[in-house]
Amino acid sequence: MLTDAGPGLGAAPARTRMGRQAGRARAFRRVLPWVEAVALIVALAVPVVLSERTDLVTLATNVLILSLLAISFDLCWGLSGIMSFGQALFFGVAGYAIALVGRDLEFSQLWGTLPLAMLVGLLLAGLFAAFLLLGRKPPTTIFVALGTLTGSYAAERLVSGWQYVGAGNGLSSVKLLQFGGYEFVEGTAFYFLALALLLLIYAGARFLKQSQLGLVLAGMRQNEERLAFFGYRVQLFKALVFSLAGMVAGLGGALYSYHQGFIGPGNMGPGLSTTAVLYCLLGGSGTLIGPVIGTATVEVLSYVLSDIDAIKQFWPVILGLVLLTVVMFQPKGILGMLVSDRERIGAYGRRRRGG
Amino acid sequence: MALLQIRGVSKTFRTLRALDGVDIDVEAGTFHGLIGPNGSGKSTLLKAIAGAHFADTGTIVFEGRDITRATPYERARAGLSLKFQITAVLPELSVYDNVLLATQSGESLARLLLSSSRRALDGEVSGLLERFRLIDRADDLAAELSHGEQQWLEIAMALALKPKLLLLDEPTGGMSPEERHVTGKLLEPIKAHCALIIVEHDLHFIRDICDQLTVLDQGKVLDQGDVEAIQRSAKVQQVFTTRV
Repeated sequence: MLTDAGPGLGAAPARTRMGRQAGRARAFRRVLPWVEAVALIVALAVPVVLSERTDLVTLATNVLILSLLAISFDLCWGLSGIMSFGQALFFGVAGYAIALVGRDLEFSQLWGTLPLAMLVGLLLAGLFAAFLLLGRKPPTTIFVALGTLTGSYAAERLVSGWQYVGAGNGLSSVKLLQFGGYEFVEGTAFYFLALALLLLIYAGARFLKQSQLGLVLAGMRQNEERLAFFGYRVQLFKALVFSLAGMVAGLGGALYSYHQGFIGPGNMGPGLSTTAVLYCLLGGSGTLIGPVIGTATVEVLSYVLSDIDAIKQFWPVILGLVLLTVVMFQPKGILGMLVSDRERIGAYGRRRRGG
Repeated sequence: MALLQIRGVSKTFRTLRALDGVDIDVEAGTFHGLIGPNGSGKSTLLKAIAGAHFADTGTIVFEGRDITRATPYERARAGLSLKFQITAVLPELSVYDNVLLATQSGESLARLLLSSSRRALDGEVSGLLERFRLIDRADDLAAELSHGEQQWLEIAMALALKPKLLLLDEPTGGMSPEERHVTGKLLEPIKAHCALIIVEHDLHFIRDICDQLTVLDQGKVLDQGDVEAIQRSAKVQQVFTTRV
């Protein structure tokens, strides 16, 4: 069992186990806004503190961009119970799309290409959702997981052999992102652009989670069939959130492509797709800020470990073991230690007493 | 025309003929009891009406519309509401949120996203909680309620959909006699706007609240009529005395 935020959560064990936590649960304190505030302060301080170290600003920018991918996965799994092993597909395809627009049309204006990338992600994910989710019979979690995984894998293989998009070498020297005459190179300006976009997406996802629609999603995660008997079109809600998640991944992919100046087959394959799953589970799925923290943890750890001479050769193994330990022994992620189940799942109406 | 017309409905599971040519009419504003020995097809029939599975043959017409093959979603929209046998409240949401979720099911996607009805629905949600004696537990998790309270929450959620026909599968299962009595009292007022089909083992409970009864035995309708007629029915007596 990976996390209990998912749709397979049985009602019966919850009844006996959670019943005893009742007294504590009622008076739960909201922790997430504090975590979010601290994360925001850290994010704002990073470029100021690290202004001398461009390599670290680049790393931090990368964390922000990959956080978009992690949030995209959290929208699927943490909020809607869709186990997607293919989020990198939307990330990668959008990255290729803007790289090609830059190469063939010599266009890289921010106001044009970023919405384009989001549209590509949205439409592609919408197409996937129509295939995987909108059949007459509701699909199983495994079916969706395998479907998205296959999509991600097939896309990686396809571009690896396609000369027009650079085949196995991918597309390098991607045209720099522009705003009017200004060009975004790696550094503080790009960092703040990525931060602004991440904040925008985060605010949107947070708004969605806390809305009445978020309540429907919370209900769906616990008992999908029950919600259909209420008259909700469960699969339509899933398809909608999945498409939005694709849009977020698409934005991330475009920024990644511009920031690295490169996009390759590996950026849309199962490798990156599963990394996104890890970011999310490590940080704490369903909390939105958890995936951001998970991304920062994985990326910073990788950076630090690969820099230590003694373990240079086998740092991925160490990282892998750390992650495995966390996922096995702390399935609710790092934030699961701070945030109550009740806050993670969400409370929507009338919390006058206690809280 | 009856609110619900069931004609010749049959359902077979592998070799078991669970329902065999069942005909039932349910009039608007009546409480209709389904009784019969274990395995007589009561729950199967209820599920075929609600859309949890489809009948193999026969038709189910609700308000003049054939719903035999409609999805649960379409049936819910048409005004059919099912309360499950095994309580299916959402354990990790608060009692209030459970009812809100049912109450807001008619809202459009855009209104849900903008949370534009959260305040407007508060009166309705609180009213239902008040009626079903759950208002003091509104902020507790549904999982923390007693079994009987969960049954009431289920009924409150089913009624929140403003159904024209409510299907109750063993609403008093696991309840104390006192709780059963209260449940009967809680159901009475809904007769004004909603018909009811109840599957129930407690014959006293059925007798107290139902107008019409249908007795099923081995997937067939054994007898049908008002409560007194069924109590006098020789056929029914025989089945219940020899086999129960």
